[in-house]
Amino acid sequence: MADMTASRSLPRINWVMLLYLLFLMLPIYWLINMSLKTNDEILGTFSLWPQNLTFQNYVTILTDSSWYMGYVNSIIYVTMNTLLSVAVALPAAYAFSRYNFLGDKHLFFWLLTNRMAPPAVFALPFFQLYSSVGLFDTHIAVALAHTLFNVPLAVWILEGFMRGVPKEIDETAYIDGYSFPRFFVKIFMPLIASGVGVAAFFCFMFSWVELLLSRTLTSVDAKPIAATMTRTVSASGLDWGVLAAAGVLTIVPGALVIYFVRNYIAKGFALGRV
Amino acid sequence: MEKTVNQKAWFLVLPVLILVAFSAVIPLMTVVNYSIQDAFAGEFYPLDDKLMWFRELLEDDRMWNALRRQAIFSATILAIEIPLGVFVALHMPKRGVWASVCLVLMSLPLLIPWNVVGTIWQIFGRVDIGLLGYTLDAVGIDYNYTQDALDAWVTLIVMDVWHWTSLVALLAYAGLQSIPDAYYQAAKIDQASRWAVFRYIELPKMMGVLMIAILLRFMDSFMIYTEPFVVTGGGPGNATTFLSIDLVKMALGQFDLGPAAAFSIMYFLVILLISWVFYTVMVNLDKREGK
Repeated sequence: MADMTASRSLPRINWVMLLYLLFLMLPIYWLINMSLKTNDEILGTFSLWPQNLTFQNYVTILTDSSWYMGYVNSIIYVTMNTLLSVAVALPAAYAFSRYNFLGDKHLFFWLLTNRMAPPAVFALPFFQLYSSVGLFDTHIAVALAHTLFNVPLAVWILEGFMRGVPKEIDETAYIDGYSFPRFFVKIFMPLIASGVGVAAFFCFMFSWVELLLSRTLTSVDAKPIAATMTRTVSASGLDWGVLAAAGVLTIVPGALVIYFVRNYIAKGFALGRV
Repeated sequence: MEKTVNQKAWFLVLPVLILVAFSAVIPLMTVVNYSIQDAFAGEFYPLDDKLMWFRELLEDDRMWNALRRQAIFSATILAIEIPLGVFVALHMPKRGVWASVCLVLMSLPLLIPWNVVGTIWQIFGRVDIGLLGYTLDAVGIDYNYTQDALDAWVTLIVMDVWHWTSLVALLAYAGLQSIPDAYYQAAKIDQASRWAVFRYIELPKMMGVLMIAILLRFMDSFMIYTEPFVVTGGGPGNATTFLSIDLVKMALGQFDLGPAAAFSIMYFLVILLISWVFYTVMVNLDKREGK
């Protein structure tokens, strides 16, 4: 395969990829470009790159706690959600991948239906539920709400990876006298480490990008950065430069995470089913 | 793999059940409860006609129009993203530094918060300060996504293609990576055409992951809210008011709890039905491959 495709495409430039990447990067470049300009320049002149480079927009965000606390809040609830989702999904995925039990198939599909539930349907009931138990405007409320779609996804991904581990390994371990918890942590977990990483990555991703629920469930103390942005747009009469800088800063955590998992991305996106 | 029957496995599933019961069953029951009651000034009154809200909605054009727009949107983006994603995946470098670079750059749009995606395209499409809008305007195309319904639609579809095609491409790429070299060598010996290689080797191997891609893209596009809300706010008029936008307007804007709850339930049922079909096809595909 290597020589068949490579010999044909190597001498030429890969135009398809080049055009596609250009299409992906242009809007992001434009955002970065705007974040480095002053408002006067954004509205006054049209230029492909900043004429007088300024970092003032970033300074504004990084020195104002109502801005940067948004990032801190987002990262807190995203981390909580990721840990919680993966922790409860691990044993469940093991059960689905190894055993038949009463109602297992129905249960699995029912779990998946929660991934299909539109957040818009749940926004109001969530608001009332978390208000009534006194969790409104806390990080844990958003983390719990996001388990709605992240737990089913984590179970789905982990089940795919676990199916790839031969059952003989379990049986050998039990014969060797391992108890279930010890086997699970010592032997099984290392075998599906990449699966756990991929599941965590997806939980991080979907919790990080979600806005509707996190905005509905918070007001001040746990307000995510995404919600901070929407408020500022409507309130301060469109401060384009700061808005663009805030947008660029929301891309950074995602970019870092991608960089760390880049070798697992392809397999991970197939949810372990390749 | 042969699975053994073991009812004790329920204990392993228990944590998930408790968590999901709290975060899904209770809210869902609240919705069902609202859908058969009348909310007035914070008090709830049982309806005489239990299904009044459902009946009203079914007779009203509002939900049907939103559903039609939603169906057109989802169908359009699936029709573009799936073939385009496969096409891109076929052209991705197989290994090396360049492959890593492609993977990282392609994943980038997937990790951008959805309202920032909206903001990016809101800015990008503006005729005064956005590169796209400005360029189109400069070459003489009359483009304004806040006024013209067609422009708004095109903008949203291009935005979604920008946002999610990478997901399809990465899934398809994962499928391609799993094809052993021997298959390609055999095809070469048989002097198979490029099309035949795609049709009889690559496509069958990709079917499993492509079904996942279709399922995920269908579900997510059917629930799309944040991006169109930021870019067009559902406008101009109601041209881009999709189901979720309409629902949030009804529930949080007008606080019509009863009708909104009835709307929610029907909305959820439509997604469930279609997803169930995709899911069944997917499971059967898995079985046939003996996985």
